[in-house]
Amino acid sequence: MNQHDPSEPIRSGDPILDIRGLTTAFARQSGAASGAAVARAVDTVSLRVRQGETLAVVGESGCGKTVLALSVLGLIPDPPGRVIEGEALYRGRDLLSMSESELQDVRGNHIAMIFQEPMTSLNPVFRVGEQIAEGYRLHKKASRTEAAERAVEMLGLVGIPNPAARAKSYPHELSGGMRQRVMIAMALACDPDLIFADEPTTALDVTIQAQILDLMRTLQRKKGSGILLITHDLGVVAETAQQVAVMYAGQVVEQADVAGLFATPAHPYTQGLLASVPRLGVKRVLAPIPGMVPGIFDLPEGCRFRPRCAQAFARCEAAPPLFRLSAARSARCWLCEKDAEASA
Amino acid sequence: MTALLQLFDVARHYQVTSGVLGLATGVAKAVDGVSLAIAPGESLGLVGESGCGKSTLARCVLGLDPLAGGRIEFQGRNIADWPQKDLRRQMQMVFQDPYSSLNPRMRVGSIVAEPLEIHSIGSSAERKAKTLELLGLVGLSADMAARYPHQLSGGQRQRVAVARALALNPALVVCDEPVSALDVSVQAQVLLLLQDLRERLGLTYLFISHDLAVVGQVCDRIAVMYLGKIVESAPSGLLVNDPQHPYTRALLSAVPVPDPNRQRQRQHLTGELPSPLNPPTGCPFHPRCPQVMDRCAKEFPPRFDIAAAAGTPSEADRFTHCWLYAPKESPR
Repeated sequence: MNQHDPSEPIRSGDPILDIRGLTTAFARQSGAASGAAVARAVDTVSLRVRQGETLAVVGESGCGKTVLALSVLGLIPDPPGRVIEGEALYRGRDLLSMSESELQDVRGNHIAMIFQEPMTSLNPVFRVGEQIAEGYRLHKKASRTEAAERAVEMLGLVGIPNPAARAKSYPHELSGGMRQRVMIAMALACDPDLIFADEPTTALDVTIQAQILDLMRTLQRKKGSGILLITHDLGVVAETAQQVAVMYAGQVVEQADVAGLFATPAHPYTQGLLASVPRLGVKRVLAPIPGMVPGIFDLPEGCRFRPRCAQAFARCEAAPPLFRLSAARSARCWLCEKDAEASA
Repeated sequence: MTALLQLFDVARHYQVTSGVLGLATGVAKAVDGVSLAIAPGESLGLVGESGCGKSTLARCVLGLDPLAGGRIEFQGRNIADWPQKDLRRQMQMVFQDPYSSLNPRMRVGSIVAEPLEIHSIGSSAERKAKTLELLGLVGLSADMAARYPHQLSGGQRQRVAVARALALNPALVVCDEPVSALDVSVQAQVLLLLQDLRERLGLTYLFISHDLAVVGQVCDRIAVMYLGKIVESAPSGLLVNDPQHPYTRALLSAVPVPDPNRQRQRQHLTGELPSPLNPPTGCPFHPRCPQVMDRCAKEFPPRFDIAAAAGTPSEADRFTHCWLYAPKESPR
């Protein structure tokens, strides 16, 4: 049996988060014309985030990367969605079997979230300082004064000039870059050791993005937090992550360390993604992947990438398992079968 | 060489009002003194961060926004003197969001045929044939003509927008962030399509994007905009590999590169884009510029041409607006 066993560590280290065989299903909206009744938006995903390390989850829209994060955090709206299988161990405790009150103690305190759109995730009627202080006050049982001081301290830490005055601003008075810094300040106020960042810089200009990514790196180095970074931007992956998981149609199709993934992508989808990205200063012929991402209710039989894959062959009519290629790497493709390590 | 499109000192100002009385409280100079030229068959990229005025400039070029100053000549004639219908026939556009730029109640076939109908081109049968030809040109099958926009994917919708833009055989196509809303693999498909169409039909593009890598891929020449002004313009390869203006350098160094082995020194820009309502004096970049000098706060630098290095074509058309490149005034 050369299939990767999710219970076995891919690399030694101390995982903060250990996602095992997580599956989240969504019921089809009534009235939809066709497709399956239930779709697995996240299908048997196993991932690990280690201390001080950034794991990037990459994929195009609809691949399930955001649903994965929301599932782990217990934030999937039910109905229509539900986590139907798997566990997500945070320091050995399964987040998925925690009660709502246990979860509330962990979320925002030990595990923080940074979402993509700061304008919709900040409350427009409260001053940003109060919003940062709120979580700190609740989780750390701090007084209002202490919490307010902490908010100002955090604003300073994320590089907002004149933090004491800025804490009194409302979200609409701040620019997009400032608001994203506020989101980060809020996420980090309680010193979390695990951070979920869902496209944290996608809405920002490149110069502001560079500042935010540097800031996240610095804070990570200081506190040794683990980061699960969700992004579609391969440039951001190359510059911030150590480990990468590529998702396609709900499944992890390739997992590798960042250098290995970019040097020798194993899965045809990863290869296609890398060939699709225009590079600065290198005029080359782009080789896009033909076709488009299938909807989760209309997944093709067998390998889900098969209809778009130039290297597809007869075998691909059966769904390939995630082959383990080395200690640091696995890929869900029949072409990788010959290179798969026989796991004893 | 006659330019197809030429901008002379173009300005577009917005009155900013406040309160219930709508009193004018200031003027935002969204575009402030831009001069540019695009040769026939050329693809000019316009890059800059949000709020720099690049989309406003596109609207001015298309004749959709009134100018506060300067003039725009298309085929040697001021666009204000062109009959609107004739201008639109020669100049078309593709916008960022294919979800909102296509009428949801029209079928794809009617969307693509509409420009032909408005301009009364051909008989009904000829228009139908032309529509199918256009769909084929952008890589859509004929049966797509009967579909509605919501039945298409984002990439397919953007192909429909491109087909509609090409229906009248325009000389110039203004593309405003045409691939920004698309996923990586689909983005590459649309970029390839735009490149291919340009070669086949001899199109001229004004291509606006915030993504330098995308612009470098499709454009012959790139102009960099900052707070309503062009700060540098050069052939794509030169601009990306040998940027002159400190802002261009900072912008390039901030772009994440998909290569984990690449070691680089990031030039950090501190602060944020100032408001066009209250722009800094002199060079608008001076408060954030790592190489700022006394002079920069006092006057905006004029255009300084960068001499072509030995071995490069002398018609490089490379210039920057930065005092660092001012010729030495007198021998000391």
